Amino acid sequence: MNVASLIFTPKFLATIIRMTTPLIYAMLAAVIVNRAGVMNLAVESTMLTGALLGVLFSTWTKSAWLGFLLAIIGCVLLSLAIGYAAFVLKADESLNGVAFNLMMQGGTIFILYLVTGSKGMSNDLQSKVLPKWDIPIIKDIPFIGTVFSGHYLLTYIAVIMVIFVHVLIFRTKFGLRLRLVGENPQAAESVGINSQKMKMIAMCLAGGISAIGGCFMSMGYVSWFQSGMTAGRGFIGMASSTLGGNTPLGGSLASFLFGTADAIAITLSTLSIPGEFVTMIPYVVTVIGLVVSSSLSGKAGKRKGDKK
Amino acid sequence: MQEEVQKISNTKIGDIYLSMKGITKVYGNGVLANNQVDFEVRKGEIHALMGENGAGKSTLMKVLFGNELPDAGTITLDGKEVTIDSPKTAVALGIGMVYQHFNLADSLTIAENIVVGSEPNEGVFFDRDNAIKIVNSLAERYGFNVKADELVRNISVCQKQKTEILKILFRDSQLIILDEPTAVLTPQETDELFEQLKMLKDNGYTIIFISHKIDEVMRLCDRVTIMRAGRHMGTYDISDLTARDISRLMVGRDVIQNIEKPDHPMGKTVLKVDELNFYDKHNVHVVNNMSFCLHKGEILGVAGVEGSGQKEMSEIITGLLPPFSGKVFFEGEDITEEDIAGRRKHGMSHIHEDRMTYGAAMNESIEENLISIRNEDPDLGSKLFLDRKKIRSLAEDLIKRFSVLCKSPDVPVKMLSGGNMQKVVVARELSVSPKVIIANQPTRGIDVGAVELIHKTLIEARENDCGVLLITSDLNEVLDLSDSLIVLHGGKIVGYFRDVKKLTEEELGLYMLGLKEQSEAEIREAVADED
Amino acid sequence: MRISQRFTIIRTVLAIAIALAVAIGIIFLVSKSPVEAIIYFITGPVKKFSRLMNVVEMMLPLLFTGLSLSLIQRTGVFNLASEGCFFIGGAVAGLFAVKLNLPKVIDPMVCITIGGLVGMICMLIPAVCRLKFGASEVVSSLMMNYVLMYLGLIMIRVFVRNPDTGQLQSLDFQEQARLSILIPKTRVHTGLLVAAALVIIFWVYLFKSRWGYRMRMTGSNPGYSKYSGINNTKSILIGQALAGLACGIGGACEVLGLYQSFKWLALPGYGFDGVIIASLAQNNPILVPIGAFFLAYIRVGADIMTRMTDVQNEIVSIIQGVVIVLLSARAFLGNWEKREIVREATANAEGGDKT
Repeated sequence: MNVASLIFTPKFLATIIRMTTPLIYAMLAAVIVNRAGVMNLAVESTMLTGALLGVLFSTWTKSAWLGFLLAIIGCVLLSLAIGYAAFVLKADESLNGVAFNLMMQGGTIFILYLVTGSKGMSNDLQSKVLPKWDIPIIKDIPFIGTVFSGHYLLTYIAVIMVIFVHVLIFRTKFGLRLRLVGENPQAAESVGINSQKMKMIAMCLAGGISAIGGCFMSMGYVSWFQSGMTAGRGFIGMASSTLGGNTPLGGSLASFLFGTADAIAITLSTLSIPGEFVTMIPYVVTVIGLVVSSSLSGKAGKRKGDKK
Repeated sequence: MQEEVQKISNTKIGDIYLSMKGITKVYGNGVLANNQVDFEVRKGEIHALMGENGAGKSTLMKVLFGNELPDAGTITLDGKEVTIDSPKTAVALGIGMVYQHFNLADSLTIAENIVVGSEPNEGVFFDRDNAIKIVNSLAERYGFNVKADELVRNISVCQKQKTEILKILFRDSQLIILDEPTAVLTPQETDELFEQLKMLKDNGYTIIFISHKIDEVMRLCDRVTIMRAGRHMGTYDISDLTARDISRLMVGRDVIQNIEKPDHPMGKTVLKVDELNFYDKHNVHVVNNMSFCLHKGEILGVAGVEGSGQKEMSEIITGLLPPFSGKVFFEGEDITEEDIAGRRKHGMSHIHEDRMTYGAAMNESIEENLISIRNEDPDLGSKLFLDRKKIRSLAEDLIKRFSVLCKSPDVPVKMLSGGNMQKVVVARELSVSPKVIIANQPTRGIDVGAVELIHKTLIEARENDCGVLLITSDLNEVLDLSDSLIVLHGGKIVGYFRDVKKLTEEELGLYMLGLKEQSEAEIREAVADED
Repeated sequence: MRISQRFTIIRTVLAIAIALAVAIGIIFLVSKSPVEAIIYFITGPVKKFSRLMNVVEMMLPLLFTGLSLSLIQRTGVFNLASEGCFFIGGAVAGLFAVKLNLPKVIDPMVCITIGGLVGMICMLIPAVCRLKFGASEVVSSLMMNYVLMYLGLIMIRVFVRNPDTGQLQSLDFQEQARLSILIPKTRVHTGLLVAAALVIIFWVYLFKSRWGYRMRMTGSNPGYSKYSGINNTKSILIGQALAGLACGIGGACEVLGLYQSFKWLALPGYGFDGVIIASLAQNNPILVPIGAFFLAYIRVGADIMTRMTDVQNEIVSIIQGVVIVLLSARAFLGNWEKREIVREATANAEGGDKT
């Protein structure tokens, strides 16, 4: 079988878009908290929780959208708890994230079992799936139609969210204050901005956005919840954000890179090339990217100091 | 313009605008930073606040700006008594402050930094164009040459300062405090700043100008308040004073201590510093072509107002900072390229001025803090392992010798008082019988008992033929302990005195404050080897 | 006793108590027979010898990662690659256990050593990226975990895949490569001896050796250690290398002690468990067994509870999370401690004035 013939198909390009969608949400969540000067490893756990809550609430309310909404609210509440531990109890940033990840990794299974009696999957639940959308006109264009049309609505919402977060950070009063808090909390306090409050709001926003990503996983990508189903996508979101210079647009590019690698891995798994090799590439690229970008910015800083 | 002033305040020019009465502030560690200080500023004047470091002027300003609450005293602003409990309150009352270390975000534009917190908006959106317009017109009105849409990351120090001032003007503050604003500026930039400050004054703003540069104060200010050792030394019209008067008021000894210092012959040169140069991150020439020699059995004092390059000089000598150019010799050997461990092995000890960051590991025990510089010392165990018993006996011995007050050598250093902490540092640095000690502000902020002990220790070291470089802004210390003396001003050696006994404090003050400078030939005597 | 020591103990006990209380509260909420469940949970592991041995089995991997994290957290570079290092150590050891054919005893020793060395090298990568280039070690080490997992899987797939199984797993190890059972009728293997040795070695390194002293000072105040002439980079790297070694050895012992072939398909999670163990042990190797025992005990207790009642063992992860948050929270009892310290310090200072 020819590798090229597998990859350059509209179906493959559509897979990329599907794989990139949840990463975009995780990345946007990371961008917002990073801009507030917080490192939040717990994106992973809010995403996972969002995936579970979406399934549960949509089962109970018999409405996909209501379930989706309640999942977001649930994750905002969880983020309040994470923020409380970080900013009020002043827990160590990294340890706090690790703690909540451990907690929700088990916690989601615990809740799943309570509801379904199963620890692995939520197959038994009559959970709802968010709708797909066929874009009028475009769907009938060959190739392009297959690539861009017929995705879940959340995929299109992801594009809107990227723009939304971009505008929020760079065009609103809130965003301006958020960036000041993240960069120089003292300056923010001196002009009467409560930096703790801003950080808390950023946490909640991130929680809500990552929940959307989780819902995409469990109410679209597949139609059930599975333990540990986010599989480190929250971390990848963090890495994408860092790699993209904490901007929604740059981060989207990085997410796209990860999504592509994921899609290649899925497509190639039918071939003799170990799928792990392809899946591994984006992680390697991230490490290299991090090193290159930080060594460049470090050097730039130094050069400024040295010049005479 | 007159209308402008009327709009800003009902107070007429010349009325008392700010009045601080009987301000007393005692810090937690018992230091009396402000002792019954009175401070009055008139509407529309540029008022200088002068004093040496530690005189209490920054504490007074912290009280005014709400960073510290006074233990006693009242503040009256524009006729009303006020309580200022936070910078936020101060800003709301119309007080603005420009710190020496700017409070700006590098990744934001000048306009964004200025308006943030009270942004022009269209609903939730930040109206960037309008912000730029507002800032540009504000800058134009006062002749500030800045481009509002430029990122702060890309602008010069001087422009950062203007941004800070514009931030204050944007918030309609009428009282502007500038903390040593010229420290980071070139002479041309300083001239420009002064023009702008005069224009602000003409527009009815009141300015407090903190400085210890006499010539600048005389050029710019209307009146001056001088502080010394936490006390108010008087407020004067600039026109009534000469530079010498100011110097005399600022610099002086409070009490003359009797320190017993037997004569001791100087030996060979042990440390030689040759044409050191260093530029800081703002490109200020903080160490300017410094050369001098330190001999065995000599205490060489380094006097100067703080920030004249002492810190950088001592960090270059001890290896914490690489110089831009110049060399350091230890007993004739070039050690410029050597690392800290290597220099310490030669026999160099270092008492850093920043006890908390460099002097000790606060969470670790006294014992562990006493052995860090001899972690490779073969006397303390085998090649790989440390011998707890030997360390313990060394620690107990040092604690006794330097009378460190503690329950046991296991107590973490953070539980000690400042004086005892410093004793631990000094004990450690002297326990290795060094050939040279770089002692930077060894007695700052500690109790009298500890000061006395440290002075005695330094004199003892000198008798053991150790060369002591004593860097201090304490006049008593430098005049009583030093055999010879160099004076720093603005990163340069401006005076060298082979025999300190012939030097009066008044004379020293003139050099420290830059009113007097020796000829190059006289200064060059500092490098004369007398082997 | 020193105030800070006293407070450490109070904080630890209180954190555990609060976490257990939360867990018990949840059990009451969800269980039909809560009292029974709690009894199984708390006393289950000590009721039978075999269950107590289950605790020891569970402790084994935790000892290694706990030791690893107790060094990591003392270097001041928060490298989370322990997870991946544990995995790759196991995978490499598994690979060699299939391929090598050395005499008894020597064979597993060689496999474990190689696993340890590989773990060490892998742990150093994020650390070096941080020290040399300033790249955030947290993000890069999290990425490293996935890289190492996939690398391990690729190695198994390419070199020693068992073609007869549907799921990816290796060929069977050579018989002599497997670690022997230490306590008969249990699965407690000789890896326990290796762990015990490492506990002692790490403790000696940290508190007795010159390297350990230098690393502790670097972690405690890097400015101070630099000023004292200590090479910070070197001491951090030595600490990180040892931490990686522990993870690699741990993974190798786990694989060779419990399985006949390499079967892991995902990260086992012991690396993150190390965080809580090290926090409980105050980053002191000699206390790591206590932390590991605690975590293993509540895990086994929860397993028993799961089997006997309707409460699920994932409750443990909630306990774990709460304990980590409270132990790392500076504000948790922080003000009380500060007041006590200030009181003592002023008492000291007043004493100072008298002399």
